[in-house]
Amino acid sequence: MNGAAASSAGSPLEWRFSQVFGERTAGEEVQEVDIISAIEFDKSGDHLATGDRGGRVVLFERTDTKDRGGSRRDAEQMDYAVKHPEFRYKTEFQSHEPEFDYLKSLEIEEKINKIRWCQPANGALFLLSTNDKTIKYWKVQEKKIKKISEMNIDPSKAFGDNRPSPSSPPQLLANGVHDYLSKDFSFPPGGIPSLRLPMVTSQETSLVARCRRVYAHAHDYHINSISNSSDGETFISADDLRVNLWNLEISNQSFNIVDVKPTNMEDLTEVITSAEFHPIHCNMLAYSSSKGSIRLIDMRQSALCDSHTKLFEEPEAPGSRSFFTEIIASISDIKFSRDGRYILSRDYMTLKLWDINMDSGPVASYQVHEHLRPKLCDLYENDSIFDKFECCVSGDGLRVATGSYSNLFRVFGASKGSTEAATLEASKNPTRRQIQTPARPSRSMTSMIRRGSESPGAENGNANDFTNKLLHMAWHPTENSIACAAANSLYMYYA
Amino acid sequence: MAMVDEPLYPIAVLIDELKNDDIQLRLNSIRRLSTIARALGEERTRKELIPFLSENSDDDDEVLLAMAGELGVFIPFVGGVEHAHVLLPPLESLCTVEETCVREKAVDSLCKIGSEMRESDLVDSFVPLVKRLAAGEWFAARVSACGLFHVAYQGCTDVLKTELRSIYNQLCQDDMPMVRRAAATNLGKFATTLESSYLNAEIMTMFDDLTKDEQDSVRLLAVEGCAALGKLLEPQDCVARVLPVIVNFSQDKSWRVRYMVANQLYELCEAVGPDCTKTDLVPAYVRLLQDNEAEVRIAAAGKVTKFCQLLNPELSIQHILPCVKDLSSDSSQHVRSALASVIMGMAPILGKDSTIEHLLPIFLSLLKDEFPDVRLNIISKLDQVNQVIGIDRLSQSLLPAIVELAEDRHWRVRLAIIEYVPLLASQLGIGFFDDKLGALCMQWLQDKVYSIREAGANNLKRLAEEFGSEWAMQHLVPQVLEMVNNPHYLHRMMALRAISLMAPVMGSEITCSKFLPVVVEASKDIVPNIKFNVAKLMQSLIPIVDQSVVDKTIRQCLVDLSEDPDVDVRYFANQALQSINGAAVA
Repeated sequence: MNGAAASSAGSPLEWRFSQVFGERTAGEEVQEVDIISAIEFDKSGDHLATGDRGGRVVLFERTDTKDRGGSRRDAEQMDYAVKHPEFRYKTEFQSHEPEFDYLKSLEIEEKINKIRWCQPANGALFLLSTNDKTIKYWKVQEKKIKKISEMNIDPSKAFGDNRPSPSSPPQLLANGVHDYLSKDFSFPPGGIPSLRLPMVTSQETSLVARCRRVYAHAHDYHINSISNSSDGETFISADDLRVNLWNLEISNQSFNIVDVKPTNMEDLTEVITSAEFHPIHCNMLAYSSSKGSIRLIDMRQSALCDSHTKLFEEPEAPGSRSFFTEIIASISDIKFSRDGRYILSRDYMTLKLWDINMDSGPVASYQVHEHLRPKLCDLYENDSIFDKFECCVSGDGLRVATGSYSNLFRVFGASKGSTEAATLEASKNPTRRQIQTPARPSRSMTSMIRRGSESPGAENGNANDFTNKLLHMAWHPTENSIACAAANSLYMYYA
Repeated sequence: MAMVDEPLYPIAVLIDELKNDDIQLRLNSIRRLSTIARALGEERTRKELIPFLSENSDDDDEVLLAMAGELGVFIPFVGGVEHAHVLLPPLESLCTVEETCVREKAVDSLCKIGSEMRESDLVDSFVPLVKRLAAGEWFAARVSACGLFHVAYQGCTDVLKTELRSIYNQLCQDDMPMVRRAAATNLGKFATTLESSYLNAEIMTMFDDLTKDEQDSVRLLAVEGCAALGKLLEPQDCVARVLPVIVNFSQDKSWRVRYMVANQLYELCEAVGPDCTKTDLVPAYVRLLQDNEAEVRIAAAGKVTKFCQLLNPELSIQHILPCVKDLSSDSSQHVRSALASVIMGMAPILGKDSTIEHLLPIFLSLLKDEFPDVRLNIISKLDQVNQVIGIDRLSQSLLPAIVELAEDRHWRVRLAIIEYVPLLASQLGIGFFDDKLGALCMQWLQDKVYSIREAGANNLKRLAEEFGSEWAMQHLVPQVLEMVNNPHYLHRMMALRAISLMAPVMGSEITCSKFLPVVVEASKDIVPNIKFNVAKLMQSLIPIVDQSVVDKTIRQCLVDLSEDPDVDVRYFANQALQSINGAAVA
């Protein structure tokens, strides 16, 4: 990306296994609810969150920076090899529960679609999580466990059941007693010495996740994205046809800023697949569509941003049109680079990098699934063609990565002239199979793919195993470290 | 565990419940913190209760919010102003929580306490607190700090003042947009406490920085500061420093910023004086009225009258009126609606001739608008025009508009127009009303929607008040009495409702001679709902009619009802009987 690339840009990275959470033992069946459905690093890279189909959010925290108590110098002198990010389990909480929409007779899954971190405050962590319909704002904080050691009234010796509580209506109190609570009762000048304040002991703490706000009932369709603004007070949520703008503090109203719903639903040709705020400019956001276009909009221009500022689209190659053209053009994910200059997009076959100053075409295009082109028909039949792979950009913007089938993911060099292209497997030995993907002999696909295969792990050895798809991954914001989800396991790699 | 004397029991429980697991009980205790403080005495409040509360800042937001509020008025309970400083630590920790409403309340309370503190205490404890918060690690503390400077600054030494100004300047350039927003919001307040020499030099530099902020959300708060600062500056400084900023803002790339300008512009006109208003602000305002974003036009249109009040009629006619004409046929219904809600106010400003020539066509076209809100807004302000040009010129168009609204298929629209009928009646006069609107009023009593029937009944009462009982006797009462015989029980019920509302206005005589026989008749209805409404109605008639009537007619009727087979009828009849007895005793 950046022309005068740093030295690390030149040589391809050597990826090493770092950690795995929730590793599957041989033959273990994956529970549907445990499958990871969202991964996100926070801005500092000290925390990582995953969401799963069971509506849980699991938080991990970085261990290698926290313990670095000494001076910076000490840290720099430490052995280089151990200086890659290491994480440990921090806490988890149930973010969403399955619900039922009685008005529409619709079941609402608890599956977490997206997680986004918000600004931390006072040592507490904040994040947004969403399922198909409802966004929630969570605060995760160390809380002291209270233990009250001294009280005025011994609860065990309290006057039976008719304990007069000041919160009960005054007429229930014994005669005259309530005078103590009236405004004009005068206490002795020195106060009443026998009264004492409860003493709180035990300074033990525990992590508590509390739901601070619920942003509900604003989406008629399924929410596919949420994204925070750089202004620190607003965020957007996008469903198939609309993008809404929220203030973090106000959960009962949102503003519709993009609406692509046609007056007649039969005219519908295109849906929104993903949306993201610009990382620096709070007025800019981008959204992608099922037709393979990315629209950049400027919220300064008008309140309802139905007209885009810029449109990024690759002109269709003449003569190549087929039944699958539109399906595989659909963009499943977009990400801004950290500096906001580039947008990375993932469609079924490729990864594309766009310069937001150049709308004539992508600056680079990386083949991810080109070898699957002959099999599109099978992929269509077993619905794999609709899989939504995510993509990510490295913190320095020099590399991009995305997932694939058979628990593989690919990393490409994004700087000018880089030919770096690595294929790695989400396992303890990522480079076990350096597959030359296109050269792989293709066996009869239909024999291997049974729709709704009862055991996802059964065909682990196969290079084109469509049940083991690596959909979700995230790149550490400051270091070359990748977190990716293979079913219920979270694998971390570094270089 | 200590045991407490029985009389002290409630207060002891109150104290214990400060740490109860049930948030409702904790809240209850916190809200009676002053009682607890008085029970403990001033000294122990200072030494025990306040430190105890300082430890409490990880409680639930509701509790913290209540605590922040209570502490603001706590000075008497800690021993007066000389001990006020002990209240600062708990509030300081509340200033750092991330929940905005708690922080704002804590800042409020700190400002209250700070403004009562002795100057020496202010310097010794309040100013250091502000400095600590401003240097806080988390943005929440720095946001809170911004709201405290105007209290801290007064009574400081020159050295400290210089320091505070420079800290505020840093906050204006903070990395976090939330902090810059807080700095922008509070800049005007801080500026009022500053010496005028610094105002021009330092505050205006901070202001300039904020107006150039890359975040829209910061810039639009800076707009709000413009008016406040403009009023503090000398007129020539205001023209030199604030005016260019405003003119710039009115052409800002972001519609949200322009929207703020449209809302604030008329206030600035006062600050810069008539000359600059004419040369700079009128063109800016005209641009906003023609903005391509509907939201901006809505804001601008809503301020048309206020803006014209500041101009002379000539300028208004020359520059503003052409825009108003365009807005009256704007593509956005909300723009037209905003215009309709204020445009009648322009009539007194322009005077009779100009109103007839320029405004009347606009009124008439808005009265025919397809969007009911627009029409309603015009009708609601009718009195303002009536005073200038009289109603006759409008009445031709008014009537169809009213009739159409009265029959609108949205009941909320019908409800809105009913609310205005008494106003219309008073403006249009008896004659016009009788001819055209009388029938409508009866029609509403039989509407399909209860709220409309209810409002219709209330409307009759207000009309009776407006035109007097004699008129009502002629035009309203016969129809209402007739309705009591309606085959539909809901309509019969509404007639009773109308009677109960009108009776106090019509007076004792008419009530006894006209209403009461009908009501007594209704007590023999076959529908229990009618019967218990009769009971309720009779209860409401008791104070209006003579005691003899009560004894003669009402009591007997109620006694009959109290033996009704229906339980609800018996209940309400007994209620009414009780109130007769109660009145008799009194």
